[in-house]
Amino acid sequence: MPSTRTRKAHAATRRPQATRATPVVEMREVTKVYDSGTVALERASLKIGRGEFVFLVGPTGCGKSTCIRLLLKELEASAGDILIAGKKLGDISRDRVPYLRRNIGVVFQDYKLLPNRTVYDNVAYSLQVIGESRQEIRRKVPDILRLVGLSTKLHSYPDELSGGEQQRVSMARAFVNHPPLLLADEPTGNLDPETSIGIMQLIYRINRTGTTVVVATHDSEMVDKMRRRVIELREGHIIRDELSGLYRPDESTTEFAVRLRGEMGVGPEGHPN
Amino acid sequence: MQLGFFLKEALRGLSRNSAPALAALLTVMLTALVLGVFIPIQQATTGTANEVRNRVVVDVYLKGEATPGERKELRGALEDTTNVKSVDFISKAEGLEQARRKNPRAFKDGAALLGKNPLPDTYRVIPEDPGKVGAIVDRLAPKEADGVRVPSLAGIDEVRNKEEDTEKILSATGLVKILTAGLAALLLFASVALVANTLRLSIFARRREVEVMKLVGATNWFIRWPFVIEGVFVGFMGGVLAVLLLTIAKETFIDPLADRFALLAAPETIDFPLLVIVLLLACVAVSAAGSALTLRRFLRV
Repeated sequence: MPSTRTRKAHAATRRPQATRATPVVEMREVTKVYDSGTVALERASLKIGRGEFVFLVGPTGCGKSTCIRLLLKELEASAGDILIAGKKLGDISRDRVPYLRRNIGVVFQDYKLLPNRTVYDNVAYSLQVIGESRQEIRRKVPDILRLVGLSTKLHSYPDELSGGEQQRVSMARAFVNHPPLLLADEPTGNLDPETSIGIMQLIYRINRTGTTVVVATHDSEMVDKMRRRVIELREGHIIRDELSGLYRPDESTTEFAVRLRGEMGVGPEGHPN
Repeated sequence: MQLGFFLKEALRGLSRNSAPALAALLTVMLTALVLGVFIPIQQATTGTANEVRNRVVVDVYLKGEATPGERKELRGALEDTTNVKSVDFISKAEGLEQARRKNPRAFKDGAALLGKNPLPDTYRVIPEDPGKVGAIVDRLAPKEADGVRVPSLAGIDEVRNKEEDTEKILSATGLVKILTAGLAALLLFASVALVANTLRLSIFARRREVEVMKLVGATNWFIRWPFVIEGVFVGFMGGVLAVLLLTIAKETFIDPLADRFALLAAPETIDFPLLVIVLLLACVAVSAAGSALTLRRFLRV
């Protein structure tokens, strides 16, 4: 691994593995212009260290989803470099992209479940298509479904589940291989606040296992309650990057956040500062 | 490998997408049928033509009413012609006997079917230099301005060079061959297009699966294989159906008739098992081409 000495101080204090110097995600002056001429991102630079929990916020059309898609190499940056675990995405050839994606879990607002397969099969399918053995699948799938709290709904079809449950299946699918990076594009966009908290709890638990998490969202309530690193985008520019930010910086809900963390059983050590 | 998975996915795709798959299958079948008829015809005609062409002799058919004197005179004249090595006389009866020897099945009853022996008395002229056989024919029966040959000696009914028979066979079957070849080419094109279209619909029907596969990091070929199998399966089934129909046609029509008609029995054509293999391979190739076409355009992963 190339060592660009960019240690994330706060992460280092929390977890030993976070001392690895290479950021999990790094964007250097990234610009993305669509064929239509729309500028989705302009000279955006950011670094996300190992084990971090980052909110990507901003109004619709500010470039959040473009960011996520760039990280998955679904899109190519028009200019600038994107690095994942120190490797430039521009250097990854087409036929290596699948192997990149196996190390990135993704969750979407619309879940992207297969309607004609059961919960179990949906998760198993994602393992089958990357060539996992049947034995591994039988071992991993029930485990991960227990983790997301769906062990009683193994044989239900997606349309028999609530929105929150469907998102849990999608989380299970994203995390079943324990990827080091989890991307979530509006994971609570279709859910009511109560259900959203459940999903966030799950993402938080995943983060606690050492997985770096990037959540693109405009769920201001959730961002404010969680008090995590917030990167705000507006019209393709990064206009704010705070370590424990709010959706809007002028709101003070520190007390509420503390109470929330108590409720979630995370404890006050959840974040330094 | 994950063969079971691919097969299952391919079958799932086929059952969900059965109407266009059936259309593609039938087109492939038609193509194979036309090819299956075309290949033996092509071979039979060119085969016969070449066989005839190889026997370089000039046959001089005599008029039935030619007098012995005329015959003698003619023989002398033939032997005096340049480039002639020898002249054999083949009588009507000998001609029939030769034909019977060459093709015993067709002539097993002699000329009984025809009522009388249709063969003329013949002088068979064997040339010294086979390459200059045309000159002999020109001498014996010069070509008139309108292209019709008129015998130069009395008693000659017709002068036949096998070269000319060859031309006749080839020109008679040429049109048939061109038409069948054109039809086969068109059907080939339609097959490729229809297989391609079937896969396109199948990809569309399974776009969610494809999306998920891409997201979780399935390799490109892992995504493509079920579609390729689907396309090739359609082609193969079309081929199998065509082969079945051809077999039935061969067993019920051609084989019984071949006993009675020399034309069907005589020519050396491709063995049926070889033809079957060729057809099946062609079908698979056609459908693979169709699959490749679609996958390149619609499944860029």
